[in-house]
Amino acid sequence: MPHADPLAHGARVLTVCNACRYCEQFCPVFPAIEQRVVFERVDLAYLANLCHNCGECLYACQYAPPHEFGINVPRTLAEIRLDSYEHYAWPRPLAALLRRSAPLTTAGLVVAFTALFLAASALTAGGAAWRAQPGGDFYAVVPHAVMVAMFGSVFALAVLALAIGVARFAGDVRRSSVEAGRSQTGGRGWRAIRDALTLRHLHAAGADCVSGEEERRPWRRWCHHLVLGGFLLCFASTTAAAIYHGVFGWLAPYGITSLPVVLGTLGGIGLAAGSSGLWVLYGKRDPSLGDPAQGAGDRSFLALLFATTVTGLALLALRTSAAMGLLLIVHLATVLALFVTMPYGKFVHGFYRAAALVVFERERDPASPH
Amino acid sequence: MSADLPGRGSSAFAKATADKSDLPQDYDVLVVGGGNAALCAALTAREAGCRVAVVERAPRAFRGGNSRHTRNLRCAHLAPTPVLTGAYSEDEFVADLLRVNGGETDAPLARLLIRDSLECAEWMGRHGVRFQAALRGTLHLSRTNAFFLGGGKALMNAYYAAAARLGVDVVYDTEVVGLEVEDAGVRVDILPAGGDRRVVRAAAAVIASGGFESNLEWLREAWGDAVDRFIVRGTPYNTGGPLKLLLAAGAESVGDPRECHAIAVDARAPRFDGGIVTRLDCIPLGIVVNRHGDRFADEGEDFWPRRYASWGALIAAQPGQDAWCLVDAKMAGRFMPSVFPPIVADSVGELATRLGLPSERLDATVRAFNAALEPGRFDLETLDDCRTRHIAPPKSHWALPLDTPPFHGYPLRPGITFTYLGLKVDDRARVVLRGSPCRNVFAAGEVMAGNILRRGYLAGIGMTIGTVFGRIAGAQAADAAR
Repeated sequence: MPHADPLAHGARVLTVCNACRYCEQFCPVFPAIEQRVVFERVDLAYLANLCHNCGECLYACQYAPPHEFGINVPRTLAEIRLDSYEHYAWPRPLAALLRRSAPLTTAGLVVAFTALFLAASALTAGGAAWRAQPGGDFYAVVPHAVMVAMFGSVFALAVLALAIGVARFAGDVRRSSVEAGRSQTGGRGWRAIRDALTLRHLHAAGADCVSGEEERRPWRRWCHHLVLGGFLLCFASTTAAAIYHGVFGWLAPYGITSLPVVLGTLGGIGLAAGSSGLWVLYGKRDPSLGDPAQGAGDRSFLALLFATTVTGLALLALRTSAAMGLLLIVHLATVLALFVTMPYGKFVHGFYRAAALVVFERERDPASPH
Repeated sequence: MSADLPGRGSSAFAKATADKSDLPQDYDVLVVGGGNAALCAALTAREAGCRVAVVERAPRAFRGGNSRHTRNLRCAHLAPTPVLTGAYSEDEFVADLLRVNGGETDAPLARLLIRDSLECAEWMGRHGVRFQAALRGTLHLSRTNAFFLGGGKALMNAYYAAAARLGVDVVYDTEVVGLEVEDAGVRVDILPAGGDRRVVRAAAAVIASGGFESNLEWLREAWGDAVDRFIVRGTPYNTGGPLKLLLAAGAESVGDPRECHAIAVDARAPRFDGGIVTRLDCIPLGIVVNRHGDRFADEGEDFWPRRYASWGALIAAQPGQDAWCLVDAKMAGRFMPSVFPPIVADSVGELATRLGLPSERLDATVRAFNAALEPGRFDLETLDDCRTRHIAPPKSHWALPLDTPPFHGYPLRPGITFTYLGLKVDDRARVVLRGSPCRNVFAAGEVMAGNILRRGYLAGIGMTIGTVFGRIAGAQAADAAR
């Protein structure tokens, strides 16, 4: 059951943690709790994003439900994480919209963008969307200038919105850390980035994250690596294609052994495998470990990632067939929907966690094992 | 009282497992209890090839007795290990034990305990227990005590998972209501919650059912109506049923039935199971008064770890078993934060009103205390020279004037940790029954800890007793069952 005021509830929960401290070697969250006495919004947002939801501290907790204290740190921090994404998002109402109805908003965006591209294609390329194109020429369906205009503007806005949100969060946490005198100079930021990328705190204290009591499995971590790696490869593929086009004047479609196609194919396979794996694991995990209210949002994000990749791979496989036109349009629409939702949904968690880890490195006691 | 225990039957939170709802057969070894000692015995007997059952009184969510509230165990070691710094010799361990228990101990058993403690961490690790890394300097106990990663409940989860892997049958929510020693074995009557009483037979039994600190009626025999104001820090399921059954059957006892380990806890703590977060460590930093507004004991007699366990009895002797600890703004934030906020006021008189104490009297107490102070150099790390003169009771160390608002008050009550009365055992953990060791009934853990210490406490020794004697009892029970 979601808490009416997740911040007030969080402050109460962490006060119990601070008086107990049995979990202090699981992960950075607990040493960071010990450095604080009161838990304001900024502290809660920081701690919530420091948490990687490995789940160990729920089963270890002598005060977990049904104990009358009812302490469930992973769920409490998940609720506060969501609150923090929305609180720092720019513009904030868009985040609220996505939170209230993620599946509908996501699907609606895909449909709307599909319609938009269909219209653009009909206006600029006639009925090309419904015919096979010699050599699989995408630009015969959606002209290059249209693609660049649409993606360039949406991508730029998405990056701007994301940057503003992350900067607001990181700035707030950083400021409070400095004001409280916790921030030290010479913090090793590279450790934070390494820990973020390796998901170090998903395998708390050497063991893998839990999916249930005494069930430690590496699959969630590996699927996440596939998703992140796949995403970065797809991004590299697009960048390579842009360089081919803009710098060398080599026009798409590119050969099966070309850099954009190889990178995109590998990335697509990783992303599809990882996102579907995470979807399956989501359903198998003890629901107590998360915030049930976020299931729809998290799964919409996974579904969008999966749809983006599957349409992309199908497009590659069928690029010389008559299905290419429609596939291209649906693929472009899902990618655009992904860009639009990025600053307001689950996507931001990587940046927030990395920012929290950077602050942790500045505040940490050098003797702490984390 | 079983009907109103918290959490009974509410296992929806716990992951469904193949835990037995019934014990379908007879067993080689039946373990009474479900904490650390019980599981160490069960795992050992199972690994010796026995069919083993564990009968746990608590529902699954609250399994593990008081072990779920523990955090470390004390073990001797000859050289630094990944989980312990330095070295802690058997002789030093013995000396520490004799210092706290006033020399009253079964010396051969104490030696056995300490020698076997050398092997504990390794055995525990093999059964899934994880430890914290030893942190030189940050935890002064990391030389003598190995800390469980995540604490005692994580340790119990690891043991129960190991028991499930090995094929130990576990029943929860089931009380042992009868126990008879027969020539061929042991006859145990069990009563599942909401079920019918039935008989289970086993070739041998291990009693690892803890003390009786949550049995208020039993405590009343020693403490009278003061128990109505006691807070039980640990599990509500340690009601001492099996201990009483064995004593009635002629088992020899150790320990004074009146003795218990009790500390000062926050009066706002839950009646049971509040665990570690309800303790208050501010007493040496302030003064403590009773409901008349009078001080009644030396708050700075010795280092807090040496004195904290005397405050339960001190408060129990006060009218209404009430006390309040007062500190001023100088001391706020210098002790472990407690889970309950202090009651704050800008003057002593106002604080008295808020705490429900006679304000003139409290004001006079504070003024008399402040006037009796000698100048000194305040240092929490040493037994410093900040003390009172010509005042009774004195405050021997860390005495600074209570003069800087805002003033903070914490209500205190006696919080009982465990009882000392237990079953006498021999060096094979056999219960001494009608004058001689019984060949098929063994005891381990808190229920026999009185053999080692009858007063005082040494941090982490309870888990050492449970682990060492649990393993001995399990191995001996397996032998007896053959």
